Amino acid sequence: MIEIRFHGRGGQGAVTSVELLALAAIEEGKYAQGFPSFGPERRGAPVLAFSRVDDKPIKLRCKIVKPDVVVVLDASLLAIQKPANDLKEGGIIILNTNKSAAEIRQEYGYTHTLALVDANKVAREVLGVPIVNTTMIGALLRATGVVQVETMEPPLKERFGPLAVKNFNALKVAYEQTTIEERRS
Amino acid sequence: MMAHKKRVGMEVSIAVSHAVQLARAEAIAAYPITPQTHIVEHLSSLVANGDLEAEFVTVESEHSAMSACIGMSAAGVRTYTATSSQGLALMNEIVFITSAMRLPIVMTVANRALSGPLSIWNDHSDIMAARDIGWIQIFTENGQEAFDHSIMAFKIAEDHRVLLPTIVNLDGFILTHVVEAHEMMDQKTVDRFLPEFKPYHKLDPQKPVTMGAFAMPELFTECKMAHQMALTNSYGPILEVWQEWGKLTGRHYQPVETYRTEGAKVIIMMMGSLGQVAEVAVDAMRDQGIPVGLVKIRLWRPFPFADLRAALAGAEIVVVCDRALSLGGAAGPVLAEVRSAMYPLAVKPQILGYTVGLGGRDVQPEAFEELVRHAQAEVKQGPSQEYYIYGVRG
Amino acid sequence: MSKAWDQVTWQEIEVGGVLTEPGSARNYNTGDWRSSRPVWDKTRCIKCGICWTVCPEAGISEDADGYFEMNTYCKGCGICVKECVTGCIEMVVEES
Repeated sequence: MIEIRFHGRGGQGAVTSVELLALAAIEEGKYAQGFPSFGPERRGAPVLAFSRVDDKPIKLRCKIVKPDVVVVLDASLLAIQKPANDLKEGGIIILNTNKSAAEIRQEYGYTHTLALVDANKVAREVLGVPIVNTTMIGALLRATGVVQVETMEPPLKERFGPLAVKNFNALKVAYEQTTIEERRS
Repeated sequence: MMAHKKRVGMEVSIAVSHAVQLARAEAIAAYPITPQTHIVEHLSSLVANGDLEAEFVTVESEHSAMSACIGMSAAGVRTYTATSSQGLALMNEIVFITSAMRLPIVMTVANRALSGPLSIWNDHSDIMAARDIGWIQIFTENGQEAFDHSIMAFKIAEDHRVLLPTIVNLDGFILTHVVEAHEMMDQKTVDRFLPEFKPYHKLDPQKPVTMGAFAMPELFTECKMAHQMALTNSYGPILEVWQEWGKLTGRHYQPVETYRTEGAKVIIMMMGSLGQVAEVAVDAMRDQGIPVGLVKIRLWRPFPFADLRAALAGAEIVVVCDRALSLGGAAGPVLAEVRSAMYPLAVKPQILGYTVGLGGRDVQPEAFEELVRHAQAEVKQGPSQEYYIYGVRG
Repeated sequence: MSKAWDQVTWQEIEVGGVLTEPGSARNYNTGDWRSSRPVWDKTRCIKCGICWTVCPEAGISEDADGYFEMNTYCKGCGICVKECVTGCIEMVVEES
């Protein structure tokens, strides 16, 4: 089982991300959960969203407190939520940033594997708006392969209708542009 | 032959509303309340889009929702509603009447804490405050179960040997707001399983009857006894429906379900979605060689006394987890029921009660390992308290 | 229900406490509650039917000749006496 935790702000679409991911994984014949950190949604407030994917039925019904992967939609959350603090040994931090891996490591002292993409730039260029949730799924798929890129298309269509094409393109561009730097011991 | 096996991803609330659609509910009256909202919102869309041929009555409160449901069910149509927490509390006056009138309404309760302090998050205090309303009450652990039981509930409730309203409980947010995999059913299969609703009595100008009449002291006790016996005797038909579903889908349900209880010295008990989390904990403890098993109550009313006693036979310690608190009482409601069920037995286990997961407090699998260790230590030294509240600070 | 209430067993309670016999209240003679009864003076009655109209309990019936009389549901409230146009109704104590 892979446990993925999205860190975002209310309105950035973290919950949509985990839902789309779950739908795609289930479509591939896997078992999956996608759920929010339950509560009143407040635009701009730091929020969490959770995703579990496995080949067998998932029994856990609790928050993810020791994730395999954290996806951070907004780099300003690194200082507030400290998403890497409870990351599993060997876990991956996937980050929306225009900084280099070296800069991030120096700033936050991370030793985990980093997957970085400037999702703001991709979203602005491809979507025309700085909403990065679907874009960051591209980075997640590049770093983990948790589902196939193509499987994301039907749930995107279902959710976004005519806007799905742009979202899927942003996802694919981010998939291409994501740089991965292995963990440092 | 097994029905449709492909798993479909959707939010559990949406799966429940599809179950109600497949059951061809003819009348719905509901008031939206977190975390039940997505269920009735979706049903409302299905009706508005013509995908479900039903009357959807929008009301100004849950009191009116249940009142409208009584009227519609009495008129002879398959009736559904859903609520949660304060909504169920506001219905309270009416739900007793529903069951006394033996109207087979099906209601989903998305379990949520009762205020105050105000909380929208999950626990079982809402349904426990409605424990004695005389309805059949079923608990579910995941989206699939919520879907399955939402269809089966109609067949149980409407059986002329039963004729009782039925509640399907699912944990608010923990289940209602999760996108996960469900095996859906096709309309044909559900139609074959669930025949058209045939009311036993109905409001009919051609054949007038009086419903909801009063009872003098000379009759009231007999009326309550008749209700009590109807609820107790619903056990057989409930099992029949679950067995038929098992044959149809391969998904089998029992009033009391066990998990790795063979040779278990310690048994953990609970109702609802915590059961799945506890399975993970039991696996971990079994790996460490600790003889732990799990007993889960699915059928809360009518309470399956015999099944429970059989399931707990051989256990030395029973750790009962309640997701509610009986304030000022000695225990949580499940603990009280289990203790009372086991009391007459000559050989009985030590039964310890823990209230966990109140008002949305997250429960990780490690919690159950802690509870088992705590219970073992308490039994060794003699229990220090009537019951315990897990994880409370101070 | 033909049986006296205090003889009915729980098994005999109809499902949901439903009363299946329409108009069964007819069997309940509320006239038992009466301590005095209205008596019509037919010589002064103009058959206007005001008494029949105002009776709150359907306790007055019309006879074959169009005159009015109380029936077994009359509780003896006396509203008919108060409202009678010609004053032809009088309350008489039951015992006398």
